[in-house]
Amino acid sequence: MLIRLEPRGGRSLRWAYGSPLLALVLTLITTAVIFAMLGKDPLVSLYTFFISPLASATGRPELLVKAAPLVLIAVGLSLGFRANVWNIGAEGQYTIGAIAGGGIGLALYGDENVLTFPAMMIGGVLGGMAWAAIPAFLRTRFNANEILTSLMLTYVAQQLLIYLVTGPWRDPEGYGFPQSRLFDEYATSPNLVPGTRLHLGVVFALIVVALGWLVLAKSLIGFQLKVVGQAPRAARYAGFSEPRLIWFSLLLGGALAGLAGLFEVAGPVGQLTPSISPGYGFTAIIVAFLGRLHPVGVLFGGLLLALTYLGGEKAQIDLGMPNAVTGIFQGILLFYLLACDLLILYRVRIGQRAPAAKAAAAGP
Amino acid sequence: MVTVAGGPGAAATASARDGAALLRLTGIVKQFPGCLANDRVDLAIPAGEIHALLGENGAGKSTLVKIIYGVLRPDQGEIRWRGELVHIANPAFARKLGIGMVFQHFSLFEALTVAENIALGINDPAQRRDLKKRIVEVSQSYGLPLDPDRAVHDLSVGERQRIEIVRCLLQNPRLLIMDEPTSVLTPQEVERLFQTLRRLSQEGRAILYISHKLEEIRALCERATIMRLGRVVAECDPRQETARRLAELMIGNELKSPSHRTTGADGKGARLVVQGLSLRSDQQFGTDLKDISLSVAGGEILGIGGVAGNGQTELTAALSGETLAERADAILIDGRPVGLLGPGARRISGATFVPEERNGHGAVPAMTLAENAFLGAFRRLRLVRTGLIAAGQTAAFAGRVIQSFDVRTTGPAAEARSLSGGNLQKFIVGREILQAPGVLVISQPTWGVDAGAAAAIYQALLDLADAGTAVLIVSQDLDEIFSICVRIAVIYQGTLSDARPIRDVTVEEIGLLMGGAHPEARKGPSHANPA
Repeated sequence: MLIRLEPRGGRSLRWAYGSPLLALVLTLITTAVIFAMLGKDPLVSLYTFFISPLASATGRPELLVKAAPLVLIAVGLSLGFRANVWNIGAEGQYTIGAIAGGGIGLALYGDENVLTFPAMMIGGVLGGMAWAAIPAFLRTRFNANEILTSLMLTYVAQQLLIYLVTGPWRDPEGYGFPQSRLFDEYATSPNLVPGTRLHLGVVFALIVVALGWLVLAKSLIGFQLKVVGQAPRAARYAGFSEPRLIWFSLLLGGALAGLAGLFEVAGPVGQLTPSISPGYGFTAIIVAFLGRLHPVGVLFGGLLLALTYLGGEKAQIDLGMPNAVTGIFQGILLFYLLACDLLILYRVRIGQRAPAAKAAAAGP
Repeated sequence: MVTVAGGPGAAATASARDGAALLRLTGIVKQFPGCLANDRVDLAIPAGEIHALLGENGAGKSTLVKIIYGVLRPDQGEIRWRGELVHIANPAFARKLGIGMVFQHFSLFEALTVAENIALGINDPAQRRDLKKRIVEVSQSYGLPLDPDRAVHDLSVGERQRIEIVRCLLQNPRLLIMDEPTSVLTPQEVERLFQTLRRLSQEGRAILYISHKLEEIRALCERATIMRLGRVVAECDPRQETARRLAELMIGNELKSPSHRTTGADGKGARLVVQGLSLRSDQQFGTDLKDISLSVAGGEILGIGGVAGNGQTELTAALSGETLAERADAILIDGRPVGLLGPGARRISGATFVPEERNGHGAVPAMTLAENAFLGAFRRLRLVRTGLIAAGQTAAFAGRVIQSFDVRTTGPAAEARSLSGGNLQKFIVGREILQAPGVLVISQPTWGVDAGAAAAIYQALLDLADAGTAVLIVSQDLDEIFSICVRIAVIYQGTLSDARPIRDVTVEEIGLLMGGAHPEARKGPSHANPA
């Protein structure tokens, strides 16, 4: 039997939306097999992983708390990905945003000033932008690949954070633990519903989804991003400046990642520590592709990937599985998603020989 | 097939060829959507002959060659190889028969050595073993000096071509196809190549030599098949013909008489002026522009003729602002120096542009017609309100283009790629014309467009000129230039000839200019003499 891929000659709209669903189904099957190989009942494991986090009243708001940073980052990334600007370093921009915004919070510790938190938000945005400006400069000035530069800067940011919390910013009353003081009340992301961890960041994520949609669907800059990604020559013909779009994409992605970082440390985490992110900046790349680089799709993708974080914790507690389960699930999902996206441009033909091969055999 | 009366031995040669043709094509037909690329083409090449395939761009030469090399398959007709009927399904099979091809653009890996590049094309491990030795042998015996251990990125264009030729010769071909081999070579390299080709021919290998350079063909080839609009229009011995006569055959005599108004400029003065524009191309196979000057008055249509690859792409990019000039006053639009301004500012200054390539340059295939209308027109029509796209106005404008230019489509929401080539071209031309530009620069206005759509585009261009716009047409189709332009200039290797009134020039003069010869002071072939 021969399996052949045949170009469709265009994009299949059905598979553009069907591909994420098929990828999800295949991922569930594969994870069930992995659970079984680990000696767990696959159905119980899947239930624990995907359903039980949502079954409790505390789990549902927690899903939104985990989804907020993913959505914030992924909306920014998906606009840049549309223009073929591959910012892989959102994790680093998130970290620098947390450092810059968090630093303002620490500097104003005990000031009891209502402007402290707005100042921290601005600091977070500017910190993320500054970190993203480095790959933007290197790309537009020296044509250095932004995939590499942005990714490598992630590790620089991580080291900077570790230096700060083990050195100058270490909590003087923290018994030497590598962490800053807890932010005071004025430096904390306002809580929305008492008894939950829902905070202002969730609202911002929803606002960013709406604004992202407006920019992509209705604005000149969104149009420019789409044209430069699909047809760079047409973009030059229309007079769209590619360097400007690279700057815009990276600064926007950096700003939103920085804001996400600030919200995370000023919200659920409450202080600067070396582990302020379970890889949100990298997971957001999966979220962006799962959401078809569309802000509304990103919202759903963010909720699904947030569930994998909660499910991973549940699986650790209830089933004694390793923490790596979350990463495995996310990796498998991205793997299947990229594979299934092939179906958008190709159809699968089974058991037929290519006409060209036939003709060649009948040749002389 | 018309056999043009050639030298005294023409009839005898013809009968000898009937007997022992190495390759014989009979009645080859190849139809592409909207274009009959090969129309009952016959071609016979005996062993040892250097046979020219001559024709303008779009005459069907490339299609025919791709059929011989197995890249395309004919719709009708038969191919005989040494008398046997064959179906050449793919290039691998063509190579097995003994057909080799050297492409115009090379496919070499810069970072690899000569030997590694050649090894990539060879699947048989036995052949790969003493490859280096054989490369040296072949390259020495044919006067193609080549060091197998040098990396390709160090080599000149001529040396790179040698790799491709040696790659072919290692397969020991009976027929070697060369596609425009001299377009990237210096005159000295051309002379060396010709010596090699003559040597190959003496060994009994046939060569099919594709070119539009008349002097070269007269110097090298024994036989020429001349194609025009998909058909073979003549077969002759080029050594017995003048370059003038070959140009005439290539371009054809049935040119339509000009149907435009007899008066040219309407007295408004020059609206588009280019003075002393020189630009280095940043592309590997690009052409540098050398001191180009021209001027187009309001109401006038100026045509720029020339064979593809002589700087047309670079010139249109420089005019549209996709590449910037070195001085602001190298390009003036209505007197305003725009040489250092980008495409947006040039449009606001009053110019609009139609590029040669529709898909991905003039239009984005996966976007709707409304979005594509916005792409070209948003600046002049002010379709942006506080950063947002004015969707209603954009759709209305797209609708107006569709209606005025009779674009066959379901409406502004249709994707550009759902349109046929001719319809999309009408849409793009319409988009640029309905912005009422002061200057229109249009490249290949009717490339791959059916006759009906072409007539509509010509009429629209004439009407636009009547309304006072300066129109510049860059085209490889001389019929087109002769039928609607007032003046014509020819671009050759980045240099533009003086523009002359269409009434005062002959097709032959233009043909010679396109081939690089100067009709006023022609002294015969400059770099290669007939053997």
